[in-house]
Amino acid sequence: MTLRLSIPWRDARAPMLLRRHGGGGSEAVPAATAGSSRRSGKTRRREEAGLKRANFGDGPGLPTLLLLPQLLILLFFFFIPSLRALMQSVLLSDPFGNNVQFVWFDNFKALLASSDYRQSIAVTFWFTVAQNVLTLGSALVLAFATDRIVRGRSAYRTIILLPYAIAPAIAGILWAFLFNPAVGPLAQLLHHFGIAWDPNLNPTDALILVTLAASWKHICYDYIFLVVGLLAVPVSLMEAAAVDGAGPIRRFVSIALPMLGPTIFFLTVMNFIYGFFETFAIIDAVTKGGPAGATNILVYKVFVDGFVNLDLGSSAAQSVLLMSFALLCTLLQFRYFDRKVNYGV
Amino acid sequence: MVERSPVLNMVCHAILIAGALMVCVPLYFAFVAGSLTVAEVQKVPLPWLPGGQFFDNLQLAWSKGNFSRTFANSIIVALGITAGKIAVSLLSAFAITYFRFRYRMLAFWLIFMSLMLPIEVRIVPTFEAVANAALPLQWLLETLHIADLWGWISGHEVAIALEWNMVNTYPGLILPLIASATATFLFRQFFLTIPEELCEAARLDGASPLHFFWSILLPLSVPNMVALAIILFLFGWNQYLWPLLFTTDKDMATAVIALKGLIPRSDSEPAWNIAMSGALLTMLPPVLVVLLLQRWFIKGLVDSSK
Repeated sequence: MTLRLSIPWRDARAPMLLRRHGGGGSEAVPAATAGSSRRSGKTRRREEAGLKRANFGDGPGLPTLLLLPQLLILLFFFFIPSLRALMQSVLLSDPFGNNVQFVWFDNFKALLASSDYRQSIAVTFWFTVAQNVLTLGSALVLAFATDRIVRGRSAYRTIILLPYAIAPAIAGILWAFLFNPAVGPLAQLLHHFGIAWDPNLNPTDALILVTLAASWKHICYDYIFLVVGLLAVPVSLMEAAAVDGAGPIRRFVSIALPMLGPTIFFLTVMNFIYGFFETFAIIDAVTKGGPAGATNILVYKVFVDGFVNLDLGSSAAQSVLLMSFALLCTLLQFRYFDRKVNYGV
Repeated sequence: MVERSPVLNMVCHAILIAGALMVCVPLYFAFVAGSLTVAEVQKVPLPWLPGGQFFDNLQLAWSKGNFSRTFANSIIVALGITAGKIAVSLLSAFAITYFRFRYRMLAFWLIFMSLMLPIEVRIVPTFEAVANAALPLQWLLETLHIADLWGWISGHEVAIALEWNMVNTYPGLILPLIASATATFLFRQFFLTIPEELCEAARLDGASPLHFFWSILLPLSVPNMVALAIILFLFGWNQYLWPLLFTTDKDMATAVIALKGLIPRSDSEPAWNIAMSGALLTMLPPVLVVLLLQRWFIKGLVDSSK
């Protein structure tokens, strides 16, 4: 290891230039070209994305060793499975895997033609949209209220954040009990008012139940981001608007909300990701996709087709479609969050 | 607060109390149901005040859900995911921010790509991969005709069959959930904000890369590690889909999966009191973590999503 990088540029650049041009085979470089490439070499070195200026030289040995655990895990549990999904989606195999045929896009065609899949798309759509509106709406109101008050703020925040700690499956079980038609206290209340509530039989009731459970679990997530976002709104702006005669609600709508725009967009995408993928546990614990497929969201269908019906080709094709959706979400997020990455663990 | 408006403040308090109630109602009824006997819990209407069976039910749920075993499993899995992910991510983030090497950008993009796909969308192939992790090696051997080559050299017919089954093992439960680069990016982002002078000074003093990592970078990363550890612990403890698929043996199930077995189905005795006691028990560890380490938890949540 040399001190090449921490000492003045003059010394540092010379060997690099030599290497670059020596390798290219053009020995006689005009002065002007040399000068410009010297400059571009300098900027390139500075701008190499995500590399510290003060770094540890060349040699690929040590960094390879450091990267090895991560890359190996990714290879085995990410890249190979994803590729397998892609491969399986164009293959047709019997449940025991004895007979495999290459069928081009037949799996996708069959999928899009099947009414089950269309129903699943519609269910997923309504489920995620309703959950999104409910979650974001409640979170906005709660965040606004939290931002207004001083006394008891941290106590409220602690309680509202609690559901984050609770597993989706448990959240589902809690709500399944509350609305259980036989014993649930809230279901009894509904019956008392003459509403024939039974999520085990009525598709709409089942969808409402899982939407409520999913939103209950996720409001805290949106809430904390909005509270943090509201703290970042400059007080001077708010004061100026107040002097101009804008009331608290007007200030929230005309100043805070636009400034929260990127946060809200981010949360919308995160809510969709949550609704699409992480609500699996709620569905499985509460309704198992029923009644009559009324809560059979896409990710649950992938699971059922893959592990229960053993239709690997169709399940893989569904996986691929879901992957494209997840990819789309990530790209959308990038478009609006320059270099900010979603690490939703 | 810019101006005084007592009415609006009252409304705000009312909204927040309503929000807090919304959070607490399911928890309160879980507690009430968990303190009743099986006969009482089926009464219509359900009593609004807790009964006296709370601790008996807890005990029963603990033994019925095999919780002394499944809690241990959950703790091992959650801590394994936490420690594993943080260790692996720190090393790779260090490699891609502090070293210049030929395939640095390639490594960066490979890691980056894994951010895009949640595990739920590739369940089936991931299951296959873990059910036999040696499968790719097997393909490699088959493509290279190693067996034929060996048979040709030695004159013996051989068949190479590799199998590395991770179903019902801790690595099988932990490793696939580490396979995402979320934490790597958190640490990378953090390393990029560390002043260049620290590394320059360390190198002037003759520190090796690993020495620099161990005695400068690691201590600086402690706050980030703690915040992330909380989020990862919750993530690991609350896992559902993966342990569900992956543990056929009851003794390898996690607490959340064991709890699922306690929910009454239509054909069984409606022992909701036991199910609710079990639910309260299972949510206790993560809830305690959030309550006691709230400041760190918020930091972790907000940081890890930027």
